[in-house]
This record gives sequence, structure tokens and C-alpha cells, in this order.
Amino acid sequence: MIQFSQSAREKVEELKRVYPTKDACLLPVLHIAQKEFGYISPEVMEYVAGVVGVSPARVYGVATFYTMYNKKPVGKYHVQVCTNISCHLEGSAQIVNTLKSVLGIEEGQTTKDNMFTLSAVECLGACGFGPVVQINDDYYEQCTEQKVKEIIEGLRKK
Amino acid sequence: MEQILLKNVEGTKLADIKNYTAAGGYESAKKAITSMTIAQIIDEVKKSGLRGRGGAGFPAGMKWDFVPKDFKGPRHLCCNADEGEPGTFKDRELLEKNPHLLIEGMIIASYAIGAELSFIYIRGEFVKAANTLEAAIAQARKQGFLGEKIFGTDKKVDIVVHRGAGAYICGEETALIESIEGERGNPRVRPPFPAVVGVFGKPTVVNNVETLAAVPSIIKNSGQWYAAIGVPPKNTGSKLYAVSGHVNKPGVYELPMGTSLKDLIYNYAGGIKNDKQLKGVIPGGSSTPVLLPEEIGVSMDFDSLAKAGSMLGSAAVIVMDEDVCTVEESLRLSEFYAHESCGQCTPCREGTVWMTKILDRIEHGQGVQGDVELLERVSANIMGNTLCPLGDAAAMMMLGFLKKFKAEFAQHIQMKKCPINKK
Ligand SMILES: Cc1cc2nc3c(=O)[nH]c(=O)nc-3n(C[C@H](O)[C@H](O)[C@H](O)COP(=O)(O)O)c2cc1C
Ligand code: SF4
Ligand code: FES
Repeated sequence: MIQFSQSAREKVEELKRVYPTKDACLLPVLHIAQKEFGYISPEVMEYVAGVVGVSPARVYGVATFYTMYNKKPVGKYHVQVCTNISCHLEGSAQIVNTLKSVLGIEEGQTTKDNMFTLSAVECLGACGFGPVVQINDDYYEQCTEQKVKEIIEGLRKK
Repeated sequence: MEQILLKNVEGTKLADIKNYTAAGGYESAKKAITSMTIAQIIDEVKKSGLRGRGGAGFPAGMKWDFVPKDFKGPRHLCCNADEGEPGTFKDRELLEKNPHLLIEGMIIASYAIGAELSFIYIRGEFVKAANTLEAAIAQARKQGFLGEKIFGTDKKVDIVVHRGAGAYICGEETALIESIEGERGNPRVRPPFPAVVGVFGKPTVVNNVETLAAVPSIIKNSGQWYAAIGVPPKNTGSKLYAVSGHVNKPGVYELPMGTSLKDLIYNYAGGIKNDKQLKGVIPGGSSTPVLLPEEIGVSMDFDSLAKAGSMLGSAAVIVMDEDVCTVEESLRLSEFYAHESCGQCTPCREGTVWMTKILDRIEHGQGVQGDVELLERVSANIMGNTLCPLGDAAAMMMLGFLKKFKAEFAQHIQMKKCPINKK
């Protein structure tokens, strides 16, 4: 059986006090669950349903609607390259290719050591500073081939 | 024009309430809450001519006035910080660098519509901005500007930061409301409008970050003062223009509403990179029809751009140089709309996928005679036949590219390959 940590449980209690309905806690609780468990597995969906007090079907519907909830395991570092128009004009296609070869994986795949997952994503809202790459919670802007290679090297050494 | 929204954001740490109040911050909220009636506030905002900065340009004062005065029970304000329209990165500037200005605007707007609990719906990827906001809200609460009995009165206003989770459609106001309620982001049928039945079934106002951030200056200096900036009477105030793509100095520029597009690109944003020629400009975010170099004399305001056959939208200017393939870029956008369609309406769900398939084959040398006309028909069938404007947005984008660059589409089909030499 999976379970939230003490601090996560406290956050959930706080959310329930803040929102006018329990259902409204669903998105924030899914964010917490992803932090706690890494991804939103069917087991996590079931657990979240119990915590929030809604049906598992409802949780499934919501979790699958939003792209940020990972329904499959991702690596320690989720490398997401914006490939929408402004970043594309600045050469994001080349950045995707560089990352593919540096990491040795295709889009949507995870390295064997479970360190990196590579995804191409839509606009990240930082279009003036493209190409933009988001790794976990951090934005890396004005990426060049050299720069992304160094970023990956840096994370490998961490 | 003196900057209103981005004044002192470089150099001064305005996210710290000490610096913000030292520069006169929260004086407008105090003035509104302690010395103005609701009618006076709404009147001032109406006089300012402030129109929504989220895309549609609806007058803010009028929207606030739509909330039924006789409704007993809670009402809510939702700040739209979803910033999802490709090309748009203006609100992030305010969220990260001037969060108290937004909070102050929200206090005034909440009071004006009678909301005690308000929300900031922020896109999930903006983790740093969300943390900045949470910290700023905590500071404001500590000072007694948020929470119970604000500014020593018996009034209550509080703000909750609600993070999205990666869905462009949640920037649409009724999808945003669904998303706050813990649902999938499927837009609602209107009427009823949010002002009458909104989040949690209560009267609700949804306003963009930049719209709300303009409010403190209006309360401080008067609506009349604000209305004198820009192109009065209908396109007033300062505007955040976000310039991206092939320019030397991309970035967010706060300028008077109605700055010319040419001035914006060649003066403020430093002209086209590598001394290339301009090929086209998308003036207001991915959904707005593209303009040709000969059309950039246009004034960047709601009505002038509409007259020019495009839209101000979110004022996200995307600049494309002579080497760009317009088939390829419209394909990127079409894929985006197909991916982001919520799937409720057939014309949008199927149409955007069709559009993508046809564009993909044209770009890859497999286009056939009649494909251009087919794209026009698919777009026309989406236009006006959907529940929310996402479908229209995809169609407008497509029709814009076809109208302005038809020869390039035809050339792809004729040559059976992309004629642009890609690096
Ligand atoms: C598909 C779609 C996406 C939208 N995305 C945003 C957005 O990211 N931010 C925003 O402020 N408005 C967005 N809007 C506009 C909102 O529906 C709404 O008009 C706006 O938030 C109202 O605020 P305003 O009156 O202050 O402009 C979007 C609309 C549509 C149809
Ligand atoms: S137009 Fe598209 S995004 Fe909007 S409700 Fe219909 S299917 Fe959903
Ligand atoms: S297009 Fe890449 S961040 Fe917007």
C-alpha cells in the first residue's frame, strides 16, 4: 500500500480548508502525488481518489486530460524541449536532435539508467528566450547545442 | 510614456513587499477599500477604457458591472495566468518580477465585485512564478492587505494560487473554471456566462494578469489619466508587447497602446537578425492571422489590427525572416491545435487533425492538386461551428497563412518538395 508522507498529508488538509469543495483539491493533490511517487500510476489514482473523496474514474479522467501528470515512469530528469513556433524559429529541432544523440534515446523514451526522459512539448511561455528547455522545475533559455550538452554533462555528474 | 507595469522591475526587487510599498505600493488598494464605493471604482475603471489583455479585448469595467448586484452569497475573481498562447510570454514578466502589483489589482477587483475568495490560475510549468506568488501573498497577508479585515476594515479578501497541469485549453475562461473545480478542462456552453454562473456555481469574473495589474494605476491616477494614454477613446493605456522570433532584441516591451508594429520590430526589438529581410509577422499570438512586410505600418491596438484583418490577441509578435517556410510553420501550429483540442466538438477535433495531415503531406512533397482548396474548406467548416474559440483560432491561423502565402503552398505541391533550403 502506498501512502503520502506526513508533510504531504498536512498539505492536503490545508487544501481542504482553503477550497470551497473537496473536488477542487484534485489537481493540487495530483501535483503532490506526482512529487511523492514520481508518476501517476493506476494505484496512485486509486489512492488519490480516496484522499480527495472522489471516484477513481474521475481521477483517471482528470489525470489523463492534463499532460503534466506522468502516467508512465519518467527518469530522474525530465528533459522537455519546446518545439512550438517561436522556439522552432530559433532552432529547437536541432536541440531535439542534439539531445537525442547525447542521451542516446528517442523522444518519449527514458535512458536505461533511469536518469533522463526526453520529451518534445508545446509552448512553455518563454518564447522570447528560445529555444527553451525545461528540466524538472527549471527553465533553460536560449539553448545552443553546446549549452544543452553542458547541461546534460552537469546533471550526469550530480 | 512612463512605464506603469514594468516600472523599476529591473534593479529593484519589487517581489519583496518592502521595496514595493516603499515605492507607494498598496496605496491604491488602501484608497479603494477605505475611501471608495464599489460604484466609484467600477466607474473609474470604465472611464479608463481598460480592455482585457487576455485576447478578446472586452472592457474590464463593464465585465465587473455584469456581476448581479442582488446576488446573495459568494462571488469569485479568477486571474488568468495560463499564458498558453504560443508566442506569449508577457504575464510571466509580471508574475516573477512584480507580483504585488497583480495582487494589489486583485484586491481592488475582488472588492469591486464582492469576492472574498479569489484565484490565480497559473500554468503548471511556471513553478518559479507560482512560488514567487505564494511568497508575495504570504507577505501581503502578514501586512493585513489580504485575509480578514483588510486595511483595518471589516472586509475580507484572500487569494489562492491554483496550478494548471499542461493544457492550453484551460486558458479559455470556462475551461479554466472547470479546471479550478477539479475537472477536465472542457469549455462550457454559454449562456449562462461566468458573470452569472461561474466557478463553484457562483458569479465569477475572469481577467488576465496584465488587465488586473493595470488597475492600481487607474485608482491612483484616475480613469481619465489612463484613458489619455494610447489611442483614445477605445484603445487606451499601456500595453505589454512580447516580441519573439527573428529579431535582434526579443523581449517584453511596455509601450503605449497603438505603437506601430514597424517601430516595435525595427526600433525596440532591434530589427531582423543577421540583416535578413522580413517575410511575415504574426501580430498577436499564434491564433492571429499573419501579416506581410507591407502591412507592418499598422498600429498595434485592438481596432486597427481588426481593420487590417488580424487581431491584437495577446500582443505576442512572432517575427519570421526570409528563410522561413510558411508551410512548415503553419504545420507546427496546426499540430499544436490538434494536440490541444479538448475533443468536445467534431469540427475542431477532426478538422485540426485533417488540417495537420494535409499540411504534413504538402510539406513533405506528397501534396496533391486541390490541397490548398481542401485546407480552405476544412478551415471554413471549423469556423463558427464550435463551442469555444479554439476551433476558430486554428482556422484563422490557417486561413491567414493561405491568404498571404498561397504561392508558397502551391509551389510545394508543384515541385513535390519543400522549396526552401533548410539549414
Ligand atoms: C483557447 C483559448 C486560450 C486562451 N488562453 C488564455 C490565456 O492563456 N490567458 C488569458 O489571459 N486569456 C486566455 N484566453 C482568453 C480567456 O478566455 C478570457 O477571455 C480572458 O482571460 C479574459 O480576461 P480579460 O478580459 O482580462 O482579457 C484564451 C481563450 C481561448 C479561447
Ligand atoms: S472548439 Fe475545440 S477546444 Fe473548444 S470546446 Fe470545441 S473541441 Fe474543445
Ligand atoms: S514557443 Fe517555445 S516557449 Fe513559447
